[in-house]
Order: sequence, then C-alpha cells, then structure tokens
Amino acid sequence: MFSMGLLKNDLGGRIIFYLLAAAAILVPVCNLVVPETSVFYLSSYTVTLVGKYLTYALLALALDLVWGYCGILSLGHGAFFALGGYSMGMYLMRQIGERGVYGHPILPDFMVFLNWKELPWYWYGFDQFWFAMLMVVLVPTLLAFVFGWLAFRSRVTGVYLAIITQALTYALMLAFFLNEMGFGGNNGLTDFKDILGFNIQSDATRVVIFVLSCVALAAAYLACRYIVESKLGRVVLAIRDAEDRTRFIGYRVERFKLWIFVFSAALAAIAGALYVPQVGIINPGEFAPLNSIEVVIWVAVGGRGTLYGAIAGAFLVNYSKTLLTGSLPEVWLFVLGSMFVLSTVFLPKGLVGLFSKDGKEDE
Amino acid sequence: MNKLLGSRIDQIPDSVEAGVDTRHGQVLYLENINVSFDGFQALKDLNLYIDEGELRCIIGPNGAGKTTMMDVITGKTRPDTGTVFFGQLVDLLKMDEPSIAQAGICRKFQKPTVFEHQTVFNNLELAMRTNKNVWSTLFASLSGEQLDLIDEILETIGLVGQRNFLAGSLSHGQKQWLEIGMLLMQQPKLLLVDEPVAGMTHQETERTAELLLALEGKHSVVVVEHDMEFVRSISRKVTVLHEGSVLVEGEMDQVQNDRRVAEVYLGTLC
Ligand SMILES: Nc1ncnc2c1ncn2[C@@H]1O[C@H](COP(=O)(O)OP(=O)(O)O)[C@@H](O)[C@H]1O
Ligand SMILES: [Mg+2]
Repeated sequence: MFSMGLLKNDLGGRIIFYLLAAAAILVPVCNLVVPETSVFYLSSYTVTLVGKYLTYALLALALDLVWGYCGILSLGHGAFFALGGYSMGMYLMRQIGERGVYGHPILPDFMVFLNWKELPWYWYGFDQFWFAMLMVVLVPTLLAFVFGWLAFRSRVTGVYLAIITQALTYALMLAFFLNEMGFGGNNGLTDFKDILGFNIQSDATRVVIFVLSCVALAAAYLACRYIVESKLGRVVLAIRDAEDRTRFIGYRVERFKLWIFVFSAALAAIAGALYVPQVGIINPGEFAPLNSIEVVIWVAVGGRGTLYGAIAGAFLVNYSKTLLTGSLPEVWLFVLGSMFVLSTVFLPKGLVGLFSKDGKEDE
Repeated sequence: MNKLLGSRIDQIPDSVEAGVDTRHGQVLYLENINVSFDGFQALKDLNLYIDEGELRCIIGPNGAGKTTMMDVITGKTRPDTGTVFFGQLVDLLKMDEPSIAQAGICRKFQKPTVFEHQTVFNNLELAMRTNKNVWSTLFASLSGEQLDLIDEILETIGLVGQRNFLAGSLSHGQKQWLEIGMLLMQQPKLLLVDEPVAGMTHQETERTAELLLALEGKHSVVVVEHDMEFVRSISRKVTVLHEGSVLVEGEMDQVQNDRRVAEVYLGTLC
C-alpha cells in the first residue's frame, strides 16, 4: 500500500522490509512456541543479540541520513543513542523500587550508596513510562538542535564539524563518568527488573521488544525513504554536493541541515531506548568516541547514501564483531580498521554497490 | 505566450514585487563600495548603476574585483563601507544570501556549479521560484504549470534531450547553460553571470551570446567576461573595472579606443 508505493524503486528497501516482516513473525514463534529440542528453536540469547543488531541498524540508518545524504559527517551520533538509552535506563531504574540491594523505595542503589537523601530534580517523572519516552526523544533532539544551530549557523563543515561532534560525545562521556552527575557514574544504570510491569528477563518480554525493534526500524526506514525521495531530500543532496549553489538559489541551508540533523538524532535516540532493555545496562562507555566512529564504519562498509546499505553494514560488521570478539578479541580493532580502509579504497559505494547497477534509476 | 507570462507574474509573491521599486528605471545601485581582504583593497570606492532590462558587460583584467563585486551584491561578502540597493527600497546589505536570491537576484558562478548527482530536470526543479522553506519542500509536488515552465526553460537552454541525464554527465558548455537555466527558473529581476563562456568552444560561445541577448528587456543582466569578441557581440554598454574601481564606462567602441583601457589591457588583448 503506502509503504510499498514508497519502496517501488527500492529493491534493497523491499528486501529489508520482507526480512523484517519475516523476523517479526518467525522469531516469536521459534523462540516461544517451538520446543527447545527442535532445530528450529531460537535461543533467547540469539533473540537478544539480533535485537541489539536491529537497534544498531537504526542508529546506522540515522547516520546515513545526515552523512550519506547531507554530507554532515557526525562522529558523535553515539551520544544521541546513549542519551536515549539513559532516558530509558532511568525509567527502568525507577521501576526497581524496593527491590534494590538497599531496598530504598525511591532512590536507586547508587544514590543510597553515595549517601544521597533525595532524588535529584532531573530524575522526577521518570517513574512514568510516557514521561520517560517523551524524554527519550526530547533530550537528544534538544541537544542536537542547540549543537546544530550553533555549528551550522557558524558554517562549520567537513572535518571541523566531525571533530566537534567527537568532542561533544567525549565531553558527555566524561560528565557521565562523574558520580556527582547522578547517573550512576562508572557503572551506569543496570539491574533492571521490569518494564511496564513485565519481567524484563522473561522470554515473552524480550520477544516483544524484539518485535518492537523490527517495527521501529521498518517505520524509520519508510520515513527516511520518504524524506530522501521528497524535494527536501533533493535539496539536502544539493547541499551535500554544492552548498553555496544551494544557498544562492534561495534555500536556507542551515535550516535544512538543522532539520535533518535533529530528525536523525531522534532516530538514534529511539535506537538507544530500544537497546537498553535488551542488553540490560547503559553506562558512560556508550558515549565513547570510538563507538561513534564504528557507526561511520558500518555505514561506509554497507554503502552510504542508500539507506539499506547502512542497515546491511550494521548487521554485517556487528556479526563479524560478535564472531571475532568471541574467539580473537585482540584482533577485532585491526579487522575493523581494515574493513574501513578496504571499503573506502576498493568499494566507495560499499558492499551494496556491488549489487546495484552504477548510477541511479531515471524515470 | 503573453498570457502565459502574465499568469506567471501572478505567482510572484507580492511582498517581493512590492519591495523592488524600479520607478526610477534603475534596478541596482552600488555606491562607494570598499572591500579589503587583510589590508588588500579588492574594491575601491566602486560605483555602479544597472538599468531595468539592461544587458551590461563588465570587463577588466584578472584580479580587478569583478567576482568580489558579485559577492557583495549577492550577500557573500560584506563591504567595509558603501551602500547596495535593489531598486529604490531594498537594502541588500541587510539581507543574507537566500533572501537576496528569493528577492530576485540570481548569480552564475565563475566555475560552473550544478548538482552533479541529480538530473537536469531536478536541477531546474530545485531552482524553481516557489516556497523554499523546510516544510514546504518536504511535502512539495509539481503542478502542471510548473512542469510546463521547466519544459520551456529546457527548450530555452537547449537541453530538452538531456532532461533525464545526470548533470554531472553534461559537457562543460552544457553545464554552463544548465546553470543559466537554473537562474531563469527563479524568474529573477537581475541575473549576474560570471564568465559564462570561459572554456567554451566557438559555437558554444555563439549560442551563449544568443541566449543572453534573448534575456535582454525581460531581465536585467550583468555579464562578467574576458572574451572581448564575446563582449562585442552582446553588449550595449561596457564597464571596465581596474584595481577595484570603475576605469571607464560607455559604448563598446568608445571603450575600446580609450587610452587608459589599452594601457590596462596592454599585452592581454590584441
Ligand atoms: N576571500 C578572499 N580573500 C582574500 N583575497 C581575496 C578574496 N577574494 C578575492 N580576493 C582578492 O581580491 C582580488 C579581486 O579578486 P576577484 O574579485 O576574484 O577578481 P576578478 O574576478 O576580477 O578576477 C584578487 O586579488 C583576489 O586575490
Ligand atoms: Mg573572477
């Protein structure tokens, strides 16, 4: 219907759509219905692992929108992902209630441990799911708005922009490491018990979050596809390829960049919020500059400026990471680096470039 | 044809049209413009007036300040002193690049700049005069009239056959025409054209001259060019820039026989 209309000229998108639909139907069946002895049984470990990849794919999609289409190389997208994750984590923390180690009805364990007597004001409201979900989107987009407004208005572009986005995520990492900030410091937020009253460890809850991740990725994909196919998408491409020309035909380049950057930050934040209940923890390490650089590599390896390439890249690189860090953890960074170098040198269009015909489809 | 043009004028936002008061017959006023880069004076007490519907050529040796002058008019460079008015009322020094473009001053860059990864059609569509804010572009669709306009401009610039080609695949000359087409899509009052025939073959140069001559009367056009033969073939009035100010202004013959012009150009012209 509407979605298939959007994907009419987008084979890669259709494939991803069918795969997501299949996963959303088969994974619950294979995990919850199929007996554990069957070859078709899918362990909860696998469900969670693939669910995590789905959130990474959503993050990669968000980055491809700004980098692949608008030429904004953000090396700080992990920050929006982590902020979304922390908002979700704060909700999950407050659901623990009296079940914490110290049994305090309101304060999370780490606050009791720090001898805090009261909940800091910025933790108010996070016991309400709707409020926390609002903050998941609001906090990162507000940061993206302020940051983007300052950077784009001063016409910071290219490498300089990339560097300040790195600085942004690095600064946030240092801040979140501090115990006094009130986000659990080093250890972050963890030991979650339940979400909306459902046990977060149970198979059924995991499957539901998995399906929600599929739905979120599919919906985000359609939204991004709509954007890049619209005239706004062509303006954004124009900005990427000839910023001055775009400005001199009457477009307020800064506003377009800001809009797409904020939208992208919102997607990254939603990805982070879906990530946290699946992995069960969020800590300042998620802000690490290397994390954001990895996202760029996923997109470069998959193929930037295609949307589906970003998703393919996120799955591929992370699957390799899972395989390798299990067996040879010390070589992973070298493999990652080589993947990046090889794909930039030999596959400028990424892996999906191997399958698509050169150039774009004309009407 | 006239009817068509008439209906299009209606689409131009009132606010813009009302602002450009050209009752005195002049569309652009530059007075006492000074621009310096790190102590180097690129423009010195420059004065320039362009009439409505006029086709004016600006010539001058490399580094005379021709491109800088266009940068001042289009908002890219702020002059240290001076005034720049569009018609009687619109103070261009108070506006940024997009608003100057939307008000009806469009420029072609010295180096042809088109959106290489998009089709010729999409290049023209992007340039089209319409609401250019974020939300309108997100939900924009082309009306029949707008499609006709694009087809008409494709005809004018001779790229009908290249409609669905990527702009990056065009020849150098075709890119220059496409960029001129993009200016025309904005239905500007004033076109600033920086070195349109640089790097063109003889035939392409002739076609470009025809194209620019066809605009005379409908738009004011300022052309910066080195190629004297080209200037001779299109121009009514010529302004010679030298070291950031106007050296001579007048008819082509008059200018060519001027002793000072000969001195400035000695060796560069035959
Ligand atoms: N952004 C700038 N910074 C420093 N110098 C500049 C800048 N733009 C132009 N200039 C200098 O100003 C002078 C006039 O340049 P320009 O307007 O490009 O000349 P023209 O177009 O007539 O060849 C040149 O000497 C050039 O080097
Ligand atoms: Mg020049």
